[in-house]
Amino acid sequence: MDWTAFTLSLKLAFWTCVLLLPLAILLARLLAWGRFRGKSLIEALVMLPLVLPPTVLGFYFLVGFSPQSDLGAVLAAIFGEPLVFTFLGVLIASIIINLPFAVQPIQRAFEAIAPNVREAAFVSGLSPWETMRRVELPLAWPGIVSAIALVIAHTLGEFGVILMIGGSIPGETRVLSIAIYDSVQAFRTGEAAVMSAALLAFSLLAITLVHVLARRPRTGSHDA
Amino acid sequence: MTREPQPLFVALSQVAPIPLEVALACRPGELLALVGPSGSGKTTVLRAIAGLYRPATGRIRSGSETWFDGETGVVVPPQARAVGLVFQDYALFPHLSAIDNVRLAMRHVCEPERSAAAAALLARLHLDGLEARFPDQLSGGQRQRVAIARALARDPRVLLLDEPFAAVDRMTRERLKEELAALRRSLEIPIVLVTHDLEEAQALADRICVIHAGRTLQTGAPDDVRLRPVTPLAARLMGQTNVFQGVVTRAAGPNEQGRIRWGERALHVAHTGVFRDGERVAWLAPSDFIAFAAQEAQDDANVLSGVVTATKPLGEVTSLTVRLDEEESLRFNVATREVRERGCEEGRAVSLRLMPEGIHLMPPDS
Repeated sequence: MDWTAFTLSLKLAFWTCVLLLPLAILLARLLAWGRFRGKSLIEALVMLPLVLPPTVLGFYFLVGFSPQSDLGAVLAAIFGEPLVFTFLGVLIASIIINLPFAVQPIQRAFEAIAPNVREAAFVSGLSPWETMRRVELPLAWPGIVSAIALVIAHTLGEFGVILMIGGSIPGETRVLSIAIYDSVQAFRTGEAAVMSAALLAFSLLAITLVHVLARRPRTGSHDA
Repeated sequence: MTREPQPLFVALSQVAPIPLEVALACRPGELLALVGPSGSGKTTVLRAIAGLYRPATGRIRSGSETWFDGETGVVVPPQARAVGLVFQDYALFPHLSAIDNVRLAMRHVCEPERSAAAAALLARLHLDGLEARFPDQLSGGQRQRVAIARALARDPRVLLLDEPFAAVDRMTRERLKEELAALRRSLEIPIVLVTHDLEEAQALADRICVIHAGRTLQTGAPDDVRLRPVTPLAARLMGQTNVFQGVVTRAAGPNEQGRIRWGERALHVAHTGVFRDGERVAWLAPSDFIAFAAQEAQDDANVLSGVVTATKPLGEVTSLTVRLDEEESLRFNVATREVRERGCEEGRAVSLRLMPEGIHLMPPDS
């Protein structure tokens, strides 16, 4: 069992969730209620990682993040190191490829909120920010939870993109799915079986936990 | 917390996307009903007052405080208008209990006092014991009362009610109307009620404002608007059916008796207002100024004979349609008991008297 790979997988899933969620909530809210030019294009771009093969995405990340490219040079200057074959590069790629899994369920949840409930909040004196915090986010909570579950599941299972951009550097980019692949390549089937079972068990646990959280008990919040 | 009650002034004007030509005022403690058919712009006016809709031009003021002024560009957001709005479907926050729905609108009350104030408001609306219930655990009537409590929670300067009885059954509606009538006596702020239900407006309002196609046609006391509409359209919008065309044959002032010609008939009217001899007019005979006449009163010009063509029982009253000739029919309501006693079934010949004091003249349809 490669514990380094296991903790790296968890670390990647955690940071992807933490960094992606605020972005996904803002984007989902904008797409749910905004009326602006280019909305369809943005929706299509958000969905793109869902339809492209991981190797294609990985290829573009590899080219884009490479310090030989203009973009890669700028990114390297910003982050202080080239993004290819680093955890940071894998994390940024992970955030981008997880966009549709995070945005879609949250956008549907926002769309399900009746417009006059938001208006009722405005008329009750709540600022747009308070309305979002006290009314919109609690009502969109099931969608947010679905997004968390999907992002965790998808990050733990991601293989192609991470291999393309990160390779298999222990402690840096070698996540559990890649460690399993390496074990199988080296005919260490027993080790692969243990790690596969661990990934399966953890994924199941994480998603179950998230869905338990989704059934938030309806107790009166007394911090109104 | 309490402040001096202020009157509400609204003047809105725009051509598109929804045509609006609205002028209305509502005094503190007064209940003004905006009445009109679906799509007449009533709800848009209410939303404009609340700050949820921005008209092209116009002015909305609460006392000396300007909430909207199209000329100077003043647009106060809904959060700063201190308006209580009860939505047609109540729009309660589904994830919050009744008391939290109310507490959330009490941002001006300091935190330690908020719960007690919210509980007191719910008790005032007869919701004690239901504080912890969520909207989906309340009946339609209870939801409406939570919505009213939430609207009052802000200590508003104006209370706006958008078809508040549309979403409840008839029995609940009658009870809620009585409750609202009692509640409004304790409120010293302008109350604007939007409704398409004329009976509701008649029963609850101090004044009625008739709106059609985004335009205010007439504002006045319920009986004024009902019995003395300014145009045939306003009459029909107030549910009047006996609107006809005629010609003034003898103009008369308030204490004289005038005459109008209606087809071959000459009718006495109490007075002809601004209309002169020979002028074409539209005239209205309200249902409550039509009565059965004795056969021997045939020499009275206002007694007309006809045949009952339809009887429509409406409970304690029955709506009768009486055909006078090939073209004209009168419709009026009589006590069902009287219909029974007189045996007014369809096909029966009857004599009716149009009371001169009830006949109201208007400019003809253009």
